[in-house]
Amino acid sequence: MVLALSAQAAAAPCCSSRSSAARGSKAAVAIQSLRSQQQQPSRRGLNASRRAAAVRVAAMAASTAQTRSVSGTMAELKAQGKVAFIPFLVACDPDAGTTVKALQKLNELGADVIELGVPYSDPLADGPTIQAAATRALQQGATLDKVLGVVREASATIKAPIVMFTYYNPIMARGLDKFCQQAKEAGASGLLVPDIPLEETAVIREAASKQGLELVLLTTPTTPQERMHRIALSSQGFVYLVSVTGVTGARTSMESRVEGLISQLQEVAEGKAVCVGFGVSGPEQAKQIREWGADGVICGSALVRALGESGSPEEGLQRMGELAASIRAAI
Amino acid sequence: MATAAPEKPSPLAREARPGPDGRFGIFGGRYVPETLIVALNELSAAYEEAKNDPAFQAELEAQLKDYVGRPSPLYHADRLSEHYRRPDGSRPEVYLKREDLNHTGAHKINNSLGQALLCKRMGKKRIIAETGAGQHGVATATVCAKAGLECIVYMGEKDMERQALNVFRMRLLGAEVRPVTSGTRTLKDATSEAIRDWVTNVETTHYILGSVAGPHPFPMMVRDFHACIGKETRRQAQEKWGGLPDIMVACVGGGSNAMGLFHEFVEDESVRLIGVEAGGEGINTPKHAATLTLGRPGVLHGSYSLLIQDEEGQVVDPHSISAGLDYPGVGPEHSYLKDIGRAEYYAVTDDEALAAFQLVSKLEGIIPALETSHALAYLDKLCPTVPDGTRIVLNCSGRGDKDVTNAANYLPHLAGGQQL
Repeated sequence: MVLALSAQAAAAPCCSSRSSAARGSKAAVAIQSLRSQQQQPSRRGLNASRRAAAVRVAAMAASTAQTRSVSGTMAELKAQGKVAFIPFLVACDPDAGTTVKALQKLNELGADVIELGVPYSDPLADGPTIQAAATRALQQGATLDKVLGVVREASATIKAPIVMFTYYNPIMARGLDKFCQQAKEAGASGLLVPDIPLEETAVIREAASKQGLELVLLTTPTTPQERMHRIALSSQGFVYLVSVTGVTGARTSMESRVEGLISQLQEVAEGKAVCVGFGVSGPEQAKQIREWGADGVICGSALVRALGESGSPEEGLQRMGELAASIRAAI
Repeated sequence: MATAAPEKPSPLAREARPGPDGRFGIFGGRYVPETLIVALNELSAAYEEAKNDPAFQAELEAQLKDYVGRPSPLYHADRLSEHYRRPDGSRPEVYLKREDLNHTGAHKINNSLGQALLCKRMGKKRIIAETGAGQHGVATATVCAKAGLECIVYMGEKDMERQALNVFRMRLLGAEVRPVTSGTRTLKDATSEAIRDWVTNVETTHYILGSVAGPHPFPMMVRDFHACIGKETRRQAQEKWGGLPDIMVACVGGGSNAMGLFHEFVEDESVRLIGVEAGGEGINTPKHAATLTLGRPGVLHGSYSLLIQDEEGQVVDPHSISAGLDYPGVGPEHSYLKDIGRAEYYAVTDDEALAAFQLVSKLEGIIPALETSHALAYLDKLCPTVPDGTRIVLNCSGRGDKDVTNAANYLPHLAGGQQL
């Protein structure tokens, strides 16, 4: 493995990414300075370890528009007894500028964490909606650098931490360390790779932790309890419970076994937040998931469709906003 | 105080292909969504158990004999060998391993049959498969008809057009052929769609993957089910000339027929192993499917292997005249054999394959599949370089009946009612 990766890093062309690295380092300086302003109060908050302190930290983070950790955000919400709203969008669909606006809008509407998908040619874990969005984005000329640009622009202006959702091959093509470094510099807080199981996560986790990126892992209805436990222990930020055996895509109802899966996972998650995704299409299901006791609701395809399959970017933003607001209100 | 370190198996040894981690050197592994892990573990366990069960092996062997028609002949292609005679009178001796004579017309049925028997043991009643040229789809539809299993075959829309005959055959055999309209509408997208179906229906469904690709244990298991090709070849070579072949040649898309032939001989280092892939319009053009020649390591369809991709790690649309080779990835064991220098891989173009398609039809009365025609085309380059009497075994992996309509588009002088 090591051999292959280093060989690949050596073979990877660097001309296209040089300019972005330069931009990235400027952004890193800016983030660093923001972080030092932030560190004092956040440490105090931890020491106090009281609910009120957590709320104060949350408010402070909100006002400084700083890159926050996913786990910190989830802990604050838990302390406040709130359920997280985690929307997902495909970056650069319909275009980079609209994605930035959409992320800002989701943030305004109360998204707690945002997953941002990196368009990929062969999205194995995705259903037709997200496949189509990725294809549109790639046809528009989406590249990893453009996606990082979206993260950079959005993260500087929003409170919700961004989790980059990307298939493994684009990470390998960029080089694991370089990818994580650039994602962090752009302002991402976490990483989710849907096509690697626990056994293959060691190398990417190492690269991610070096940068302080949290690696979110998934469990599914077919995951046995013992394995669920190991995944929960390794997952950072939160544990993603896939609600269906299947690919992403809006479905009209939630399988009733999800209720059992939530409590089963919570039993072994040792306090980590459990967020439910795949198939959430609107407020009814979101409410159901909240009632079943989950710590967060993830909604992707329905929002992607609203944003990307409307007549114009403006109309898409409008429709996506309405749906997001209704889900937020339901949880 | 020094204790002997446990002996590491040779990189060519069977225990190393794959190792206990499901990898061939650095290649292979399991890069799939979490949903499939339990199914892959179950499959590994079921296969391990079946492999060591004499009753399973006996049933498989009996069906390979009576239903598939094995062993397939090792045929001495005298006129083709003569075609390569040189001015000094020397020539190689070309032998064709006649997998085209198997039931359904290609090697693919060896694997489909094995997996269907395994599936019966696992108690799953619904089968899915992907297909490019349609040979794997037909083979799977065939064994499902025989075993009374529900069969759904994913096939790219483009391939459904160029392999219309096989679409008809699959439907006739009772399978449902689902057109795949995403991406390139070829084998890559058909495979993605089959995996998505499997992720969705994993609790009731077995996926009969058709190549030595995909997550562990597929590359190993599919190879093992095709290993009869090489085992028979060893025996037949012994009978015919009392020795080993000198050179083995096979076409490589995902690489199942090549692994089936090579596996038995990987440890016989005197035997040259040559894989021939699709160079499309030329490897200096963007329209090719020459994964081993031009690919870089990456992850596609569950395993880490060489892959045709751009700088961003996006999978690039491949091109080949042959639907069965029109695939941007390759089985991880081929990447490994290339990496350690055990096998050689070369690309031939669409035009070269078409020429061989016609040549072998005329010289031997055997119409080869367009996939196989790639391996045959490489003889043009290989034969002038080998010593007199060199014994070349070429895997005649499939018959070309399925290709005649498509080939007629390229060979208009042979089509129609008038002799031009």
